[in-house]
Amino acid sequence: MQKEAEIRDPLILGNKSYHDITKDIARPVEGKANKYWWVLFSLSFTLFIWGVLSMAYTIGTGIGAWGLNKTVNWAWDITNFVWWIGIGHAGTLISAVLLLFRQKWRMSINRSAEAMTIFGVAQAALFPLIHMGRPWLAYYVFPIPNQFGSLWVNFNSPLLWDVFAISTYFSVSVVFWYIGLIPDFAMLRDRMSAKTAPMKKQLYSFLSFGWSGKAKHWQRFEEVSLVLAGLATPLVFSVHSIVSMDFATSVIPGWHTTIFPPYFVLGALFSGFAMVETLLIIMRKVVNLEAYITIKHIEYMNVIILLTGSLVGTAYITELFMAWYSGVEFEQYAFLNRATGPYWWAYAIMMTCNVLTPQLYWISSIRKSFVATFILSIFVNIGMWFERFVIIVTSLHRDFLPSSWSMFSPSFIDIGIYLGTIGFFFVLFLLYARTFPVIAQAELKTILKSSGSEYKNKK
Amino acid sequence: MSSKTTIYGIFDDEEILLSSVKEIRAKEIEIKEVYSPFPVHGLDKALGLKETRMAITAFIYGCIGISLAALMIYNIMIVDWAQNIGGKPNFTFYHNMPAFVPIMFECTVLFAAHLMSITYFIRCGLYPGGTSNSPDERTTDDKFLMEIEVEGDMTSVKNLLKKTGATEINEKEV
Repeated sequence: MQKEAEIRDPLILGNKSYHDITKDIARPVEGKANKYWWVLFSLSFTLFIWGVLSMAYTIGTGIGAWGLNKTVNWAWDITNFVWWIGIGHAGTLISAVLLLFRQKWRMSINRSAEAMTIFGVAQAALFPLIHMGRPWLAYYVFPIPNQFGSLWVNFNSPLLWDVFAISTYFSVSVVFWYIGLIPDFAMLRDRMSAKTAPMKKQLYSFLSFGWSGKAKHWQRFEEVSLVLAGLATPLVFSVHSIVSMDFATSVIPGWHTTIFPPYFVLGALFSGFAMVETLLIIMRKVVNLEAYITIKHIEYMNVIILLTGSLVGTAYITELFMAWYSGVEFEQYAFLNRATGPYWWAYAIMMTCNVLTPQLYWISSIRKSFVATFILSIFVNIGMWFERFVIIVTSLHRDFLPSSWSMFSPSFIDIGIYLGTIGFFFVLFLLYARTFPVIAQAELKTILKSSGSEYKNKK
Repeated sequence: MSSKTTIYGIFDDEEILLSSVKEIRAKEIEIKEVYSPFPVHGLDKALGLKETRMAITAFIYGCIGISLAALMIYNIMIVDWAQNIGGKPNFTFYHNMPAFVPIMFECTVLFAAHLMSITYFIRCGLYPGGTSNSPDERTTDDKFLMEIEVEGDMTSVKNLLKKTGATEINEKEV
């Protein structure tokens, strides 16, 4: 049995038995959706439809439907792409890195965090796909033998690295998530009665792959989870490093910096944790999981946000210092223009939301408050979106030739696609919350005796 | 003729189960299977299960992944159609390799993770729509089940199960 110091706060509140955990996790799946769920779902679905129409319009007429111009030839699409990929990173960090560090608090949040990863990466993947203009030719990005002569992809290019990184990341995350889901689907299958809910029973039988919980299977399950965590850890760091190299390997002032890979990875974790908090603070209320997603979990995440936020702030200042120290006037101007040029407001939002407001987490009462955390997590989401906008648009809009300087403003279609992916993300997440076991209950049962409040009090 | 009977001992608690497994095995009674709702630490050792070799398979698959990636890139970038891209040396694989590291790494992870997962599914007999062979549906909820096959007299085994903490004992003729 696992041991844990008694002074540690419990991670499972209330008098819970193993059976109570089963019931609590199965309740959202077995019950009916409440009013809030339908309100959120219809809102997200409306946004999603707007997004689908905007995407169809883009594909029908071409990229000219966006606000891009010759100078700013990469803007909202890549900003949104990087933002969504970054959001995905927290899920892998929680489920893989925290597993390697044996952090027990990951267990009640890893399932949802990983769902967020998968849904977030799916949104991200949409952007390069529609930016191709002719998405039905998307298979050109894969190194497949073809009839066009020796027309191969270029393995020197970070854009191709991206293709491999993101497809590996997405597929490995799905498998990792699914292997953990199998025992929990089996739990749902065994609770469903073949008489009252035959369809559901069949569905969960299909999804649970015939899991029965044999000792040998559990032994393999644990080893496979550990190895997948070990593989996913370097993978998650590689993905955002490679995304940052899309910029860093170019020679545009403001992009051409070696600090990008660690800076992007930290920014990704920072924004990902903020999105996990936004989602979980709502979810624990909507599906009554207050006993499992406690203020302690939120506080741990806030500490990570404080750390990564401060490191991101350090990276911003390092960038400024390096621009000045380089003595290159283009580099110096790029950063001066970011902070004081026409997009100064975007830079100010980025600095405020990413560097200043997270510092409030030094105060214990803010760190331990659901309301404050919720508000600050939204701030971080906004700040991190603006970080990508600042890096991309302000580096491009004033290039080497002042006669081609211009500004960028998004079109109705740009906005539609962006909000559409937010809608799509929430549609997927809300459907997930009603049909999946939202907490890894099998794993959670292993820590009930060491971290449950009832057992802690007994000692 | 003595028929075989399967005895199912049901436990409420993993610690009681674990000590019971140890006692029963000390009496040299063979435990056919144990079903549990979550992984019980130390159960595999108590049951005398061999260590799993999943991690070794992952290593082998990873080696296959990196080799195939290197071979693919070598054929495409060096042999089939060498091109000067950004002045990167393209006449030998060795010189151009730094640019190939990211994709070789991704392919290593891709192969190791997916092929290990497939091996895991095959070795455990898990597939979409498979049927569970747990004798009791409560084993995915909160009960732990020990399965023992007995030939002939089974009262001693039943008593032992009861003594070591089983809360319920069922039997089935084979």
